[in-house]
Amino acid sequence: MRYLPLTETDRREMLGVIGAKSVDELFRDVPESARRDGLVDLPRRKGELDVERALGRMAAKNVAAGSVPFFVGAGAYRHHVPASVDHLIQRSEFLTSYTPYQPEITQGTLQYLFEFQTQVAMITGMDVANASMYDGSTGCGEAVLMAHRVTKRRKAVLSGTLHPQYASVVKNLSDFADYELEILPPALPDTIEDVAAHIDDKTSCVVVQTPGFFGELHDLRAIAEAAHAKGALLIAVVPEIMSLGAVTPPGEMGADIVVGEGQSIGNGLNFGGPYVGLFATREKYVRQMPGRLCGETVDADGNRGFVLTLSTREQHIRREKATSNICTNSGLCCLAFTIHMSLLGEEGYKRLARINHAAAVSLAERLAKVPGVEILNQAFFNEFTMRLPKPAAEVVDALAEKGVLGGVPASRLLPGVKEVEDLLIVASTEINTDADRAAYGAALKEVL
Amino acid sequence: MSGMNRQGRPSSIDNTAHGGTHSTFTGNKALELEEPLLFELDNPGACGVDFDEPEPFTSRLGSFERQGRIGLASVSEPEVVRHFVRLSSKNYSIDAGLYPLGSCTMKHNPRLNEKMARLPGIGDVHPLQPQQTVQGALELMSELAHWLKELTGMPGVALSPKAGAHGELCGMMAIRAALTARGEDDQRSRVLVPESAHGTNPATAALLGYKVDAIPATKDGRVDLEAFKAKLGPDVAAIMLTNPNTCGLFERDIVEIADAVHEAGAYFYCDGANFNAIVGRVRPGDLGVDAMHINLHKTFSTPHGGGGPGAGPVVFSEALAPFAPLPYVVSGKDGFRIVETEEAAKADGTQPFGRMTAFHGQMGMFVRALAYMMSHGSDGLRQVAEDAVLNANYVLASLKDDMSAPFEGPCMHEALFDDRFLKGTGVETLDFAKAMIDEGYHPMTMYFPLVVHGALLIEPTETESKQSIDLFIATLKDLARAAKSNDKDRFTGAPYMSPRRRLDETAAARKPVLRWAPPMPAQAAE
Amino acid sequence: MSDIRFTDQHEWVRVDGDIATIGITDYAQEQLGDVVFVELPEVGKDIAAGDEAAVVESVKAASEVYSPVSGEVVDVNGDIEATPAGVNEDAMGDGWFVKLRLSNPAELDKLMDEAAYAEFVEGLQ
Repeated sequence: MRYLPLTETDRREMLGVIGAKSVDELFRDVPESARRDGLVDLPRRKGELDVERALGRMAAKNVAAGSVPFFVGAGAYRHHVPASVDHLIQRSEFLTSYTPYQPEITQGTLQYLFEFQTQVAMITGMDVANASMYDGSTGCGEAVLMAHRVTKRRKAVLSGTLHPQYASVVKNLSDFADYELEILPPALPDTIEDVAAHIDDKTSCVVVQTPGFFGELHDLRAIAEAAHAKGALLIAVVPEIMSLGAVTPPGEMGADIVVGEGQSIGNGLNFGGPYVGLFATREKYVRQMPGRLCGETVDADGNRGFVLTLSTREQHIRREKATSNICTNSGLCCLAFTIHMSLLGEEGYKRLARINHAAAVSLAERLAKVPGVEILNQAFFNEFTMRLPKPAAEVVDALAEKGVLGGVPASRLLPGVKEVEDLLIVASTEINTDADRAAYGAALKEVL
Repeated sequence: MSGMNRQGRPSSIDNTAHGGTHSTFTGNKALELEEPLLFELDNPGACGVDFDEPEPFTSRLGSFERQGRIGLASVSEPEVVRHFVRLSSKNYSIDAGLYPLGSCTMKHNPRLNEKMARLPGIGDVHPLQPQQTVQGALELMSELAHWLKELTGMPGVALSPKAGAHGELCGMMAIRAALTARGEDDQRSRVLVPESAHGTNPATAALLGYKVDAIPATKDGRVDLEAFKAKLGPDVAAIMLTNPNTCGLFERDIVEIADAVHEAGAYFYCDGANFNAIVGRVRPGDLGVDAMHINLHKTFSTPHGGGGPGAGPVVFSEALAPFAPLPYVVSGKDGFRIVETEEAAKADGTQPFGRMTAFHGQMGMFVRALAYMMSHGSDGLRQVAEDAVLNANYVLASLKDDMSAPFEGPCMHEALFDDRFLKGTGVETLDFAKAMIDEGYHPMTMYFPLVVHGALLIEPTETESKQSIDLFIATLKDLARAAKSNDKDRFTGAPYMSPRRRLDETAAARKPVLRWAPPMPAQAAE
Repeated sequence: MSDIRFTDQHEWVRVDGDIATIGITDYAQEQLGDVVFVELPEVGKDIAAGDEAAVVESVKAASEVYSPVSGEVVDVNGDIEATPAGVNEDAMGDGWFVKLRLSNPAELDKLMDEAAYAEFVEGLQ
């Protein structure tokens, strides 16, 4: 087997040193009833070529996003990732290193985590950020738990702007940890949701997403004020992190915790994972944060260096009193994020965000002209919702038949909710050309 | 004599020149290059991407247009590439050398797996595309599920958990859901966790509101069966047990433990972090396990990436399988289908307890793990466990006289030592480990498990050659000898030769600096 | 003269009238190593003997400080919150944590005196 260096001679010699007759002897502590003499019922080893063929065959059955006019979003977005990003993250020293527990020989990882934390704090408009969560949805759950710790209350209010699967993740955690939760009905972009009315003296936090699940941009200022007046925190969720290059960051609108999905920067679609959860907050709440934090210090020679710090919050020290049970996070996805954001820089990030917005505006204008289509949004970034004259799920399937991946029918994530059945959520980014948009317009006209 | 070099360029070595350490003007040491923070490279006007401004259009941002500077650095592509290449040179990696971190399974990461994950039909597929356009992706998940179920002998699996700790949470949630379905949730409030457990175990149990009750260990590093049985009762929800355990030993009484747990009406959660030791040879399902997470980034070698991403699928026994969370893949005559809502599950006749994460889990890890499993096959995976165990026992046998081992062998895939061999030397476990850095090794896991004083936990894994392990053993012998012969300086100041020496963690924690901030502007003149 | 008492969890309590000052012992600060953070209760809070009164953290450990006696918090040591090193420098004096107004002075009788604690620590080494 090509990955196993020991030869039969090696094994014999080593058994001799150990003083065992066979490898079986080393497994003697396993109860006899559980020892398996034969092989498990799975195929035998394969060479590289055969594995490539088998997996290539499966891959070929999927429609790759880059092969068609592509407008699917709802929490994961296709963007162009510069070639140097993937080249750099595949360097052995990054790819095959462990969590930086030995700072003397992991300064590479630690420094980029420090840079990552800085970039995330900057774009969200917050004081500090951690070294990542698994993804936006789990980060959202952790944010709610953190708000409960900070406020010593136990009830969260989830706005109807929140991605339904994010809401499910929070609900799951809250149910099992015996916390209270109020989930507001889906907030369609053409209606006004009065979140403030649901905040009372028992509310620990209110969770609002912007751009919302239906693409609408939401003003957080009034909600933040209402929350703070009752001693509650505002958690802002940003699943499309590209938006912050163009829109006011939650930190400037009074958010206490910002959770983001960082996939759009540096990371591919990957059928849903791995992604990278961004988690930022105010300085005063730092010790209640979940996850790893990297901090600056000096070494024995007085040179600047970085270490994981404030570790007493974490499971390996605090055990049952930890702020979270998270251990492994999204290290390499953070690196991809950091490199891509470094390439973009101040101007590149802002310009790319403008291009995204322009792409979505152009698409919305084009699709609005298709008979029967109504665009519901007032203000949006690169995603919007349209109302169709028939169930959106059928339309999406029909569009796929014509080779256009036209978006996400709201009913896929909100089954059984009558008022969203005809709604289609559509995203457009820098990857879409005018020809893509024209193809979409033409196909939609035919399908309706 | 035309074309003769008249410059007198020396070609021999000057042995009289001053050697040893000396400082340089740049702070660099030849190939070891210092690198400032990205933000200190900021050069307004530079940019690492080329995009044209969009054609004029009517903004739909409303009143939400971002104002002012964000503060991001402006840097060109060559500078970005050089920045990160220089940073990379400050990292140790499994590709560069032996990485014996016990409990972490740092083994070779085949590059074939990276190539597979980057196929457009895998890496460039959206989780919410119409299902008929992702049949291959669903097939891949289904195939991975099949391999995991076969290897563990367990009938159910949840693929979506994002890492080991997330898998633990998922497994314990399924247990609680099953207890709730039995009407016993209120009654069962205690979870038994051995003292030697990973910190994630008690943290997970506590997150679910369980009271954590520690089970003591015996002198031979295993669960104290009698003490454990005495703690069982009608208020116990589950036991969380790592097997092979964190001392690198197989729990001999595991079947008896499982039987006692089940007799008490509780469930058996197994932390599968150490599955590498038994894969292909022992099936947790045959041991009476009800739920176990599998760290794909350990046993099945998806690269650790400096701290993730990982993946922590959970396998379930018959009793827990119906409670597995959303989503899951089923196959029918029309192909594969992903069940991702409660409505769909109801129609399907299952009772998922909820959802662990948005979308479907770590597809990027699934494909790498499956490529790894297919490459090894049933025969290769069995060899993985055997070689991992052989290598660890070889280390234990070779070093037990020079260092000190708290428990009798055989061990499983990791060899545990304590600090008795350092007694009276003035050298502590930490110093010993730091001296290994100067020798070109990543230290082993230290001070874990907590049940052993000054623990040093070595996991060589199956992908180390005998030659590599022999040099490692010789190095540790030399270090042990040096410690015992009063060569204290080699340890207490170590490492001396790494990119950074020991870092001041006290200062970092007392006054946390968690981000770069621009230097304070000079006071503006009135 | 004030009276000082000790617990087997390495807290000390010094009583002056009905005010009890609580801290961790010199032995405890030495075992913890460099203290990097302390978390103190709010003034006005009622604490029962054996309850968590504060948290003290070093780089690698976090410990709860349990109150040896019951009472209402009347003062906390803001200095060690700002400069945790103060606990290492003078654990038995300026590095105190909390002052309580005693509600049950009889609880003091269960605690060790200086000699008994010294013997107790001796036994640990």
